[in-house]
Amino acid sequence: MYTTELDKNAARQTPPLSMENPDLLAAFEARVANDEFIEPKDWMPEAYRRTLTRQISQHAHSEIVGMLPEGNWLTRAPSLKRKAILLAKVQDEGGHGLYLYCAAETLGTSREEMIDALHSGRAKYSTIFNYPTLNWADIGAIGWLVDGAAIMNQVPLQRTSYGPYARAMIRICKEESFHQRQGYDLLLQMMKGTDAQKAMVQDAMNRWWWPSLMMFGPPDDNSPNSAQSIRWRIKRETNDELRQKFVDATVPQAELLGITVPDPDLKWNEARGHYDFGEINWDEFYAAVRGEGPVAKERMKARRAAWDEGAWVREAADAYEAKQAARRTSAAA
Amino acid sequence: MSKDWPLWEVFVRTRGGLDHRHAGSVHAPDAELALRHARDTYTRRMEGVSLWVVKSSDIIASDPAQAGELFAPAETKIYRHPTFYDLPDAVKHM
Ligand SMILES: [Fe+2]
Ligand SMILES: [Fe+2]
Repeated sequence: MYTTELDKNAARQTPPLSMENPDLLAAFEARVANDEFIEPKDWMPEAYRRTLTRQISQHAHSEIVGMLPEGNWLTRAPSLKRKAILLAKVQDEGGHGLYLYCAAETLGTSREEMIDALHSGRAKYSTIFNYPTLNWADIGAIGWLVDGAAIMNQVPLQRTSYGPYARAMIRICKEESFHQRQGYDLLLQMMKGTDAQKAMVQDAMNRWWWPSLMMFGPPDDNSPNSAQSIRWRIKRETNDELRQKFVDATVPQAELLGITVPDPDLKWNEARGHYDFGEINWDEFYAAVRGEGPVAKERMKARRAAWDEGAWVREAADAYEAKQAARRTSAAA
Repeated sequence: MSKDWPLWEVFVRTRGGLDHRHAGSVHAPDAELALRHARDTYTRRMEGVSLWVVKSSDIIASDPAQAGELFAPAETKIYRHPTFYDLPDAVKHM
């Protein structure tokens, strides 16, 4: 998801490597191959800069939009404890967005440009957040499955070649484990409840399982930019490798919960040492990328409303600073 | 021209006795709000006992392309390291 190119115009926006100074390019490639970190003021090929800017900002947007499906349940959490936990989790996601926007800004794109790209619909974000949260168990399923998939994706990025991105990922990964555990804990508790509560958990699983698998992006034979991204260490494992890891880790957790994975083809493959699983509906994935997910329009509307309704706060802070600055000048005069 | 608030670099002292270390950055219209944003962004789990914020534009950085020349003087001075001195075994604990 986070390392998946969701923008089909990406290739057109990325200048070819043949336009770069060959000596600088060779030195850059050697540094990256040698597992060195690239820092903001170092020379880098334009394609690296643009690919990373898209990837990191897309990741940042995903964190920010990801606050919406959960924020939706804050006022309806079933207890004060669960409300406090969910609030802390949603606040963390906002923090993740901020770390990542800062990392992307070091590549030369302003925060304003990125926010504008998101709100105008030009920028992409993870398809998972265009699905609705229909019952309280969805909040558990998001923590367990969606944050679980995010962890699979993000852990290898702690060693990504771009320093500011790697450092943001380290900070984020430290916080993600709480997200997944609180989600699983929530589901465990519901599974000790009434039949209706157990049915809610299974219903959430049925709706979130496949979209979670889609989060890892299209199959490897359909991810054209992967090879270069892996060479540049801005992606460290392929979509299919990460997806398989996620399935292998998650199926036993579903069994422990006592729920069914909604995939009749799922079975342990002794020879491979992995679970085999069914075909993913990629038409649904590409539709979600195109912004046709069930609640895509609602999400963008909510984002823009939050931005517009917060304008007075930003303006007041600006006015206050202007007044203070004027006072400083007159005191100095 | 960007209408973004200025960028501030955030330094966190995680415990008494330790240095302030760079944690990341925040946008804020003034120093006071920069400190508040820094607290909410970088110390949500008691990661700090003290914060510094400094406007990013006030930081003067060395040029990575010149790093070779800049740090060259130290390269040849291996006698600055204790291991340079080969002392007889009879000298203990030095
Ligand atoms: Fe996150
Ligand atoms: Fe998370």
